Amino acid sequence: MRAAVIVFPGSNCDRDLVVALRDTGADVSIIWHKETEIPTNFDLIAIPGGFSFGDYLRCGAIAAKSPICEAVLKHANNGGYVLGICNGFQILIEMGLIPGALMRNSGLKFLCKTPELKVETHDSAFTANYLKFEKIKIPVAHHDGNYFLSEKQLGVLRDEDRVAFSYLNDLNGSVDGIAGVLSSNRRILGMMPHPERAMNLVTGSSDGQAFFRALVELTGAA
Amino acid sequence: MKVAVTVMLKNGVLDPQGEAVRSALLGLGFFDVKGVRQGKVIELDLADGTDLNEVDEMCKQLLVNSVIESYTVESI
Repeated sequence: MRAAVIVFPGSNCDRDLVVALRDTGADVSIIWHKETEIPTNFDLIAIPGGFSFGDYLRCGAIAAKSPICEAVLKHANNGGYVLGICNGFQILIEMGLIPGALMRNSGLKFLCKTPELKVETHDSAFTANYLKFEKIKIPVAHHDGNYFLSEKQLGVLRDEDRVAFSYLNDLNGSVDGIAGVLSSNRRILGMMPHPERAMNLVTGSSDGQAFFRALVELTGAA
Repeated sequence: MKVAVTVMLKNGVLDPQGEAVRSALLGLGFFDVKGVRQGKVIELDLADGTDLNEVDEMCKQLLVNSVIESYTVESI
C-alpha cells in the first residue's frame, strides 16, 4: 500500500505514524501542507496528531483550510482511504468529512492515559482485524476530544454502524463515549486515540498493530 | 471600518469552561451567578465599505463552527 502522511506546522505525531505504517509494510511519503496535489496512486492519506497552527481559533480549523486539503478532499471524494488521528480527527471534522464537533474535555483537563476502548464495528478497513466488541488499549493525549453530535445525527451513525471505537468508561464527556467515527462510505476514519503509539509492548500496548496491519493488507505490502 | 464577531456556543451545547468559571465565582462568594457562558470576540479591521455579507461568508467558511457555535456581527 502507498500511504501519504500530511505534515502541518505543529504536527507532532507524524514521525510515529510514518514508522507505524512503514513497520507494517507500507510505502510512506511525507507531504507538507503547502503542497496542492497528491498523486492519485496513493491508497491512504493519513493526518497525524499534534497542534496544527497552535490550535488557534479552533483545533484543526486553520489546517482544514490549508492548500493540501483540497487534494485530500479530492482523494476522499474519489473513494480513497483517509485516516485522521487526534488533531487529524479534529481536522477531518473541520473539513466536513466526518460529522459532529470535538469540544473541550468535559473535565477541562488535558488527558494523557491509556484507556480501554471497545471496538464497535468489525466492518471497516481500519477495524477488520479486531473482533466486534473486542476490548483494546490505545493511548489518548488530548484536550479537545469531547465528541458532540445531535441526537438525530447520532441515530444515523448508529443505524449505519459508523461508530468505530468507544471508550469503555467515560473519558472526556463524548456523546455515547464515542472515540472514533467512520464516514458513510466507511473509508474515512477519525479517531482521538493514537494507534501509532500502541505498536510495541515496551511502550505499554501493541494493540495498534492489528489496526495498521488491516490497512496495509487492503492493498498488499509495498 | 471595524467589526466585532462574537462567537458563542449554541444553547444546549454544554460549556465546561463557562461552568468552571461559574463555580469559581461561587467560590468567591458571588452567589447570584446562575450561569456563565464563555465565548470569544474576533475583531476584523476591514477596508471601508466592505459588504457585511462578506463577513458572514468569513464566519461560515472559517471563523465559526456552525455545528456548535452561533455568532453575531457588530460594527465598532
